[in-house]
Parts: sequence; structure tokens; C-alpha cells
Amino acid sequence: MTAEVGQFALILAFVLAMVQALATLWGAHRGEPVLMALGRAAATLQAGFVILAFGCLAASYIACDFSVALVAQHSNSQQPLAYRFAATWGSHEGSMLLWVLILGIYGGAVARFGGTLRETLQARVLGVQGLIGVAFLGFLIFTSNPFLRLSPAPAEGTELNPLLQDPGLVSHPPLLYLGYVGFSVAFAFAVAALIEGRVDAAWARWVRPWVLAAWVPLTAGITLGSLWAYYELGWGGWWFWDPVENASLMPWLLGTALLHSALVLERRGALVSWTILLSILTFSLSLVGTFLVRSGILTSVHSFAVDPQRGIYILGIITVTTGAALGLYAWRAPSLRTGALFAPLSREGGITLNNVFLVALAATVFLGTFSPVFIEIMGKDKISVGPPYYARTFAPLAIPLLVLVVFGPMLNWKRDNVAAVVRRVRVPAALALAVLLIGLVTVGWKGVVSAAAVGLAAWLVAGAFAIPGRRWWAGRANLSRSVRTTPPAVLGLSLAHAGLGLLLLGVTGVTAWHSDKVLTMRPGDSTVFAGRTLTLQSISLADGPNYQARQARFDITGRGGPYTLVAERRAYASSQTTEAAIHVSPLGNFYISGGDEADGGIVVRLWDHPLIVWIWIGGFTMALGGLVSLSDRRLRLGVAARAPAPAFAPAPVPAE
Amino acid sequence: MRRLIAILPVAAFVIVLVGFMVGLKRDPAILPSMLIGKPLPAFALPPVKPMAAGLTSAELVGEPRLLNVFASWCGPCREEHPVLLQLKAEGVTIDGLDWKEEADAGAHWLDENGDPYAKSGNDRTGRAGIDMGVSGVPETFVIDRRGVVRYRQVGAITPEVWSQTIAPLMAKLKAES
Repeated sequence: MTAEVGQFALILAFVLAMVQALATLWGAHRGEPVLMALGRAAATLQAGFVILAFGCLAASYIACDFSVALVAQHSNSQQPLAYRFAATWGSHEGSMLLWVLILGIYGGAVARFGGTLRETLQARVLGVQGLIGVAFLGFLIFTSNPFLRLSPAPAEGTELNPLLQDPGLVSHPPLLYLGYVGFSVAFAFAVAALIEGRVDAAWARWVRPWVLAAWVPLTAGITLGSLWAYYELGWGGWWFWDPVENASLMPWLLGTALLHSALVLERRGALVSWTILLSILTFSLSLVGTFLVRSGILTSVHSFAVDPQRGIYILGIITVTTGAALGLYAWRAPSLRTGALFAPLSREGGITLNNVFLVALAATVFLGTFSPVFIEIMGKDKISVGPPYYARTFAPLAIPLLVLVVFGPMLNWKRDNVAAVVRRVRVPAALALAVLLIGLVTVGWKGVVSAAAVGLAAWLVAGAFAIPGRRWWAGRANLSRSVRTTPPAVLGLSLAHAGLGLLLLGVTGVTAWHSDKVLTMRPGDSTVFAGRTLTLQSISLADGPNYQARQARFDITGRGGPYTLVAERRAYASSQTTEAAIHVSPLGNFYISGGDEADGGIVVRLWDHPLIVWIWIGGFTMALGGLVSLSDRRLRLGVAARAPAPAFAPAPVPAE
Repeated sequence: MRRLIAILPVAAFVIVLVGFMVGLKRDPAILPSMLIGKPLPAFALPPVKPMAAGLTSAELVGEPRLLNVFASWCGPCREEHPVLLQLKAEGVTIDGLDWKEEADAGAHWLDENGDPYAKSGNDRTGRAGIDMGVSGVPETFVIDRRGVVRYRQVGAITPEVWSQTIAPLMAKLKAES
């Protein structure tokens, strides 16, 4: 019964999405308030029915209703409740339902809280969202129905892939989807603006919180995915340049560019059509991110079941959405008013440069990811380019951008002069130079690249703290007041940029100074590695719920010790997994993985990963920065227009 | 001018789209190699798996065999891997060249997915691969009993590639004295 209710709710949502799209677009065109109100009501109702459908599927999983084919394929009654619930989005169909759920909720939110928007703009945004909803609900209902019944119903289901039964992986997809789908709102706003032929500061004020609301979970989701890969995949890599990872990185890079360009549009009315274009491209790449791996065009570790039928449908959706939006752009963008002028050395200029680099980075990743497809077309065969390609293309573009990051918030809007800018960055610059020198003294000339990278990290972190720091210094007469009145947006900006520095610190540490050792150890054997003494105490067998584990127990003394680590190798019915033992500390992780058996002992691999935790601390700090920014009342909808000017303004006011 | 610039994105999109369409349909084409009919360039590589032997070009003689260039970071290799394991089970000798990555990554890949190779060597710098004209992974060279390269397969060995192209060639090489 539950499954049928879900199925029916999904069909109703599909019909309502059509009503939403037609009523709003037609209503806005004819200026009919009644039609537009109908569209708004349809959007709210659609959200309700999609929530109902998702709830039905989740309830079927929780109740172990194995007569639903999807439930039988992805869960069994032995699985803990939390993983049974999480299995709701652990399959292709379920994850599509999650996608549609988030889309529906966002649509409902625009309908409910968009009252301060120009009525026709709100209606057109809802119309575009309705069209996207029609496409995806149709995809779900016609090619990936989650509610199919099995007859006869099996008594027990098949287990969810053991690799996926992990807290990190349970929250990873919803976070990514919140990000991907969040960009659909910016996309809908961009298309609506093109239809209206009007883009103004109010438009940017509306779009910016939505972009930020998408960017925050996307950042957290990518970071979480990297963390999961590190502890689960067993050899200590943290980023693999896998197509699916790249697919999440591309919208992140463009979304970051959009976040900054929308700021220029809001504050200065410049970069108008560029911001529109970025909104379109960011969502298009999000579509690519969710769907391309399911189409069979590329292969990846993460692939869901591939079905060429779905591949064609997906390609169709991407073609229509992106193609129509870009077509509209080609037609309408030239008639949008051109933005205000600004000097090359200005906040606007800095952000434009930031955008150029971010877009170039995204293009690099795009070419790398799709090189198998393009090389194949040029007459060769399916070939991947790997880390060597990215090391040569991504890093040289990322480094100048990281240098520039500190300058951006220090620049004045409109125009600035070089001497003043240099004066503003002297404290972070001095700190960075000091770190570089200490680094050089410690590691010598051979380590000049890594010392420079650590200096760059210091530059980023110090530069980030200089933003509120300068403000507080100017208001030091009444310090507690100036700290209290610092807008959350300033703190958020500072945190996000500092996170970037911490991320760089982690990447540098692990890339430049990691070391490893491989040896065969028998129980009782000791070895010295990276300042630690390691003794293999015992090797024993243990039974897990659905696997047999061989546990190697190590005693470690020395750096950070003493402590004990247990490295496991698990034999499941069909596959083996390695559960590495990791000792985590801010200075570095110690990573042990136990491999094959060899003459009376086991092959043991040891890694020392200096500073690696800072990669994820940095990533989460960036997400936190976004969250803090989002809490700023000036970003809250409708309030922005009435926000009072800051009570005092130390020369450049870093206001985002 | 503004109009032209505004049209650029949609034009680029159409090109990419045509690329995808063709990519979904296209048959793998064959890429000849300068090496065909010549002996393998000399190389001596350290092992991929710790405590194993490495791979030297001089050893690759005596019976017809495949030399497969792989890497753990390569997506298509993942598709190809089960085919290689199947071929090993059928008694085909395959040696592996782990291209442009740390031996750890390659060793872990073989641990997790099974090891189809008689011998394997780690070409961290990619030097040996470049000498052989490897342009990407996966690639496979068919080598006869005198150590001469007879065929180069660019891209994954699928069951079709094996049964239609490489298996008949291997049978012919076996029959050669």
C-alpha cells in the first residue's frame, strides 16, 4: 500500500509540475495574477507530494518491505536501521528521488518566501523550476521507477554494498545533491532574467544567498567524500581525479566564481551578462556531475548501474536545459544593459581576475575528465589522463589564484592605487616571508618549492585574518564594540579564505614530506619508521557479521605514542577489503595497512602523512565560512534593501 | 560584436554535445604503432608489489605474450581488468607495466582487484612507456616468442577485441616456429 501511495504521489507531483510551469510562464507573459497565484500554489503542492513520495520509499525501507523491488535489492533485515534508512538514496532510483525531493522543496521555498520579488520574476523563476521538475519527475517515473513491486516477494533482501555502509558515505550524497540542486535556483533566476530582459541589483541580492546555500553543502560534501576515500580505499590517497570527483569539483569551481561575480553585480551593477552565463554553466555542470557517470559515457569507481536508455534520456535533458538556456542567452544577453565601468585595479578587477582563473581551472578539469571521450572521437580509443595531467595543468593555474586571494578583499571598489594596496597587505606579507625563511632554513634549498607552498599557506591564513583584524585595529578605541559589530559576512569571508590556506598546508605537507615503508613482519617483529617504533604484537582471526577479519595488532611507541593500532583485512563472500589503521594527529597521520601473507608473516605497508588532516579541516572551515556568511542579516531576503550602512567605516570596508 | 560573443557559449555547447553523441556511438578504431615488427625497447623496472620480481624487457621472450600498460587511476582499466583475469585463467601469459604512478597505488589496485600478471613492473616516471610510444592507458602490446612487437591495442581489451583480433593473432604466433 505504502509503495502505491508513493507512486501515486509521484505522478501527482509530475502533473503539478506541468501546471506550475504552464501557469506561471503563461501568467507572467499575459500579466495574469490569478494564473501566477495558481502556479505558486502548484509549486507548494508539488513539494508536498514529493516529500510524501520520498517518505513512502523511506518507510518501505524501514519496514523491510521486500515486495518493493528496490528495497529487496538494497537492504536486508540484518542491516542496522540507520543504514536501512540511508539505503533510500543508496541506489540509482532512490538517489534520483532524493534529487527531485530537494528540487521540489526549493521550488516550494521560492513560492512561499519569494513574496518580495517582482511578481513576474518570481513567476518565471517558478516556471523554469517547474520545467526542470517535469524533466526529472518524468525521468524518474518513466525510466527509473522506485516503487516497482516484486511478485512473489522474497523473504529477505540483498545487502547494500559493504563499502557504502559507512557514516561518511551516508551523508555524502545528500550534501552533494543539496549543492547541485541548489544551483538550479540560480539557473532558474538567470533564465527568468533573460526572459524578462532585466537584471538589476535586486536580482543579485536574491540570487546570492541561494548560490551560497548551494555552495556550503557542496563544499562540505566534497570534503567528506575525500575523507571517506582516504580511510576507506586503503592506501592513503585523498583525491584521485576520478570522473565523479571531477564532476563535483567543476560545479564547485564555477559556483565559487559565481559567488564572487554576483557580489560585483549586487554591489556595483557590473559583470551582468557574465553572472547570468555563470549561473547557467554552473547548473549545467551540476547536471553533468549527477548524471554523466550513469550514462555509460565514462567509467568510474562510483558508477551506478549503467543503462544506455537512461544515458540517452539524460543527454536529452542536458541538451534541452543547457541548450535552451544558452540559446536564450545568445538571443537576449546583447540587449541587457552593460555594467558600470571600473578601473583594472579595484575590487571588481580583482574579482574578474579571480573568475578568469576559476573558469580556466574548471575548463582544465573538464578537458581532463572528458579526454577519453574526445580522444576516442579523434580516432583513438578510450584513454584516461591521470594525475600527471592535473599536476601539470591544475597546479600552475591554482597557485597564482591563491596568491591573489589575499589581495581581493583588500581592494577598494571602483578604483584603488598600488601603494595603498601594498601597505594594506604588509602584515600578512611579512608573516608569509618569515614562514618561507624559517622553512628554507629548516629544509634547505632542495625544499624550496615546499617551503614556498607553506609560505603561501601562511599568506592565505594571515591575509584572511587581516580582514577582520584591520577592522578591529581601526576600531581599537572601543574594541569590544568593533568585534561585536563585525558583520557575520566579514567573518565568513575570513574563515573561507583561511580554510583555503589550511587546505594548501595539508596538501603541501602530504605531497612533499610523506614517506612510506613496506616490509614483511611476523608477530614479535619490530621496525623503526618516521620517528616511531612499531611492533607487530599479534595476528588473529575474528568474525564480523558478514565477513571474516584478519586483525594485525601493532604497538607503537615514539612520536605521539604509546598507542595500539589494529589493521584489518576483511574477506566478504565476494570481495576483500582493507581496513587501514590510522592514528590521527594535527602534525601528521600514521597509516598502517596489512596486506598479503608471506613466509610466516604479513606484508605491512606503513605511511607517514604529515599535516594531512588540515586538508579536511580546511575544507570544512571553508564550508563553515559560507554558513557564517549566510547568517548575515544583510543576505537575508528582503532585508538587504533596508540594511543600514555600517556605523563606522575603516577604509576599505570588506563587506561580503 | 556583443552578439557574436553571446553566441559563443551556445556554439561551444553544440560542439561538445556532438562530441558526446559521437562518443556514445563510435566504434574503437585501430592505431598502428611504429614498434610493430621491431623488438621492444630495453627497460628494467622495479616491482609493483613489494617482495616481487620486477620487469625487464629481456625477459619477455620464449612464448607469445601480452604486455599490458595499466594504472590504478585509469577508468577504462577497471573495465578491462576482469577480461585480463579471465585470460589469465585461460592460460594466456600477460605481463603488466604500471604506468606513471607510485608502486603503492598499483600494488593496492592488484590486491583489491586481483593480479592477472605473470610479472609486473612499475614505471613511475613513465620513461619506459614513452619509449614504447604509449599515449595513454590502457594499452596492450602483443609480443611474439622472439620478443618482437606484433600488434598494439590502444584502449581496453574487450571480449570482442580479444575474440576478433587478438586471439586469432595469438594462435598464429603460437603456430610460428
